[in-house]
Amino acid sequence: MTGSGSAPLVRLTGVGKNYGNVIALREVDLQVSAGEVTCVLGDNGAGKSTLIKIVAGLHRHDTGTYEVEGRRVSLASPREALDLGIATVYQDLAVVPLMPVWRNFFLGSEKRRGLGRLDVPYMRRTTRSELLGMGIDLRDVDQPIGTLSGGERQCVAIARAVHFGAKVLVLDEPTAALGVKQAGVVLRYIVQARERGLGVILITHNPHHAYPVGDRFLILNRGRVIGHHTKDEITREELTALMAGGAELEQLAHELEHTASGAAAARELAKGAEDLRPPPAP
Amino acid sequence: MSQAVLKSAAAADERLARRSPLRRLAGRPEFGALLGAAVLFAFFSVVADAFLRASSFSTVLYAASTFGIMAVSVALLMIGGEFDLSAGVMVTTGALVAALVSYQLTLNVWVGVVISLVVTLGLGLLNGLLYVRTGLPSFIVTLGTFLMLAGANLGVTKLVTGNVASDSIRDMDGFDAARAVFAADLDVGGVRVNVTVLWWLLFVAVATWILLRTRTGNWIFACGGAPGSARAVGVPVARVKVGLFMGVAFTAWFSGMHLLFAYSSVQSGEGVGNEFYYIICAVIGGCLLTGGYGSAIGAAIGAFIFGMTSKGIVYAEWNPDWFKFFLGAMLLLATVVNLVVRRRAEPSR
Ligand SMILES: Nc1ncnc2c1ncn2[C@@H]1O[C@H](COP(=O)(O)OP(=O)(O)O)[C@@H](O)[C@H]1O
Ligand SMILES: [Mg+2]
Repeated sequence: MTGSGSAPLVRLTGVGKNYGNVIALREVDLQVSAGEVTCVLGDNGAGKSTLIKIVAGLHRHDTGTYEVEGRRVSLASPREALDLGIATVYQDLAVVPLMPVWRNFFLGSEKRRGLGRLDVPYMRRTTRSELLGMGIDLRDVDQPIGTLSGGERQCVAIARAVHFGAKVLVLDEPTAALGVKQAGVVLRYIVQARERGLGVILITHNPHHAYPVGDRFLILNRGRVIGHHTKDEITREELTALMAGGAELEQLAHELEHTASGAAAARELAKGAEDLRPPPAP
Repeated sequence: MSQAVLKSAAAADERLARRSPLRRLAGRPEFGALLGAAVLFAFFSVVADAFLRASSFSTVLYAASTFGIMAVSVALLMIGGEFDLSAGVMVTTGALVAALVSYQLTLNVWVGVVISLVVTLGLGLLNGLLYVRTGLPSFIVTLGTFLMLAGANLGVTKLVTGNVASDSIRDMDGFDAARAVFAADLDVGGVRVNVTVLWWLLFVAVATWILLRTRTGNWIFACGGAPGSARAVGVPVARVKVGLFMGVAFTAWFSGMHLLFAYSSVQSGEGVGNEFYYIICAVIGGCLLTGGYGSAIGAAIGAFIFGMTSKGIVYAEWNPDWFKFFLGAMLLLATVVNLVVRRRAEPSR
């Protein structure tokens, strides 16, 4: 499905961004191709949000180049990004909780018949089949979307972007507020989007969430790239260590080893959980 | 993996089929109001002998319709997340504009009716633009326009007529035709029914259709429920809100025309305080004060409860002071029911 040889969907080269005298990003390269997940990792304040705001059209970059499918662009608004097939799902601006799932799914892109009448059967049917196709267990498309779990809500917002023709999905910390199981649901869904041939940019500060789904990893620290790796170049442990919190985790593992009861936990920590574990509580 | 997921989704559909119709009804915004209306109807049927007569029922319906017409647009505005405290006096303004223009310039009353429509819609536009441009809460913005209109109604009327009421336009051209449209008494099977009842039902039907079956309705719910999310998916939030304020202005114009052609002159101090009754009708009918939830049918039931309470107390030959007591109790009860509804729909993780 990946058009090998063709230009990546999104490529940033040497991108920089200043907020007044604050240098938020410096010399950042980022790329994502169809059927690929690029993870952007970094601690708070690393510049992750700034980076995706450039991709999403909310901010213009100051230096470097931004190419979409090989063409240089400078986006002035989220609308322009959407028209190029770049859809962004923000964690807190995803859905309207009291509205039914199907109304949320089509909000802003409602399907109409004659006389401005909503095509309700079509929208219900499509919502159900799109979500089912992505493996979301939905009791009823008429239930308020607020009654879904946090993970399911993120999934609906992502499914919506996919349905309305996104080629590139930008997800800002979609798993940040979720429990282990919920995060698993979202990550599984990201894999499905990738299998459909979309390019995904996943922002997270959790290497345990990024590693299982990512093809490329971009690690930011204080506005600079401190690592850019493909999956075969890096192990989960190395990725975790590269993160700003990596050093502290190692320290924690050492300390725990000196107590009898902590030994098992330390081994756990060192090996990194097999499935999607959240980072151990400090 | 996806096999298992699909299977569990199919099982979920079976669960769905087992949900009883009663529980579905109970999940609707107007359910609490419907229950309240039934209880109240039974109550007044028992305590007031005159209540069950057809003529009494038509009186109740008339009272319900005059408040219900305004409650429809106020409910839409509340679902869209805003209040309009100027709605009560705007009715009087609409009536006064038509009365003063027609009388002073000796015009056909229909000219006054049209000018009043333009002026009233302009006031709605002003409310909307003030809200959108300043970003102040609509409560404050419309509190300002409420006071200004209340003052202007009295001031202008006194200035023009030297009196607190407008001059009667009963003998002017077009009066009878306008009265037939806005304030006729119809004979339905020997019972006198005011035409406002029919207009009310029509407005409720149109508003329900807009809310549930048009894109605009979808946007109204979204603007009230989560304006940020709505904006993020391309909903023109500001335009929707301005439109809703103009909707309130439209029904205010209509109610003003009824007032004028029912009595042929208008008391300029009228309307103050009615805005709260409109909001109360909407809230009793299931609209959330915080926006994003409610229905036009609910607001209609709320208005019906309002009509039953105000007239039922008269038929029961009680002191009318008890009306406000009853209304307050209904309001509290309705708000508690709303709270329960909202808890059930709130995000769960
Ligand atoms: N609008 C802004 N004005 C000034 N400084 C900003 C602005 N947005 C972000 N910054 C700064 O830029 C840096 C990167 O922020 P951000 O991209 O939000 O990081 P992250 O999303 O990785 O936590 C931080 O130091 C932050 O304080
Ligand atoms: Mg951020």
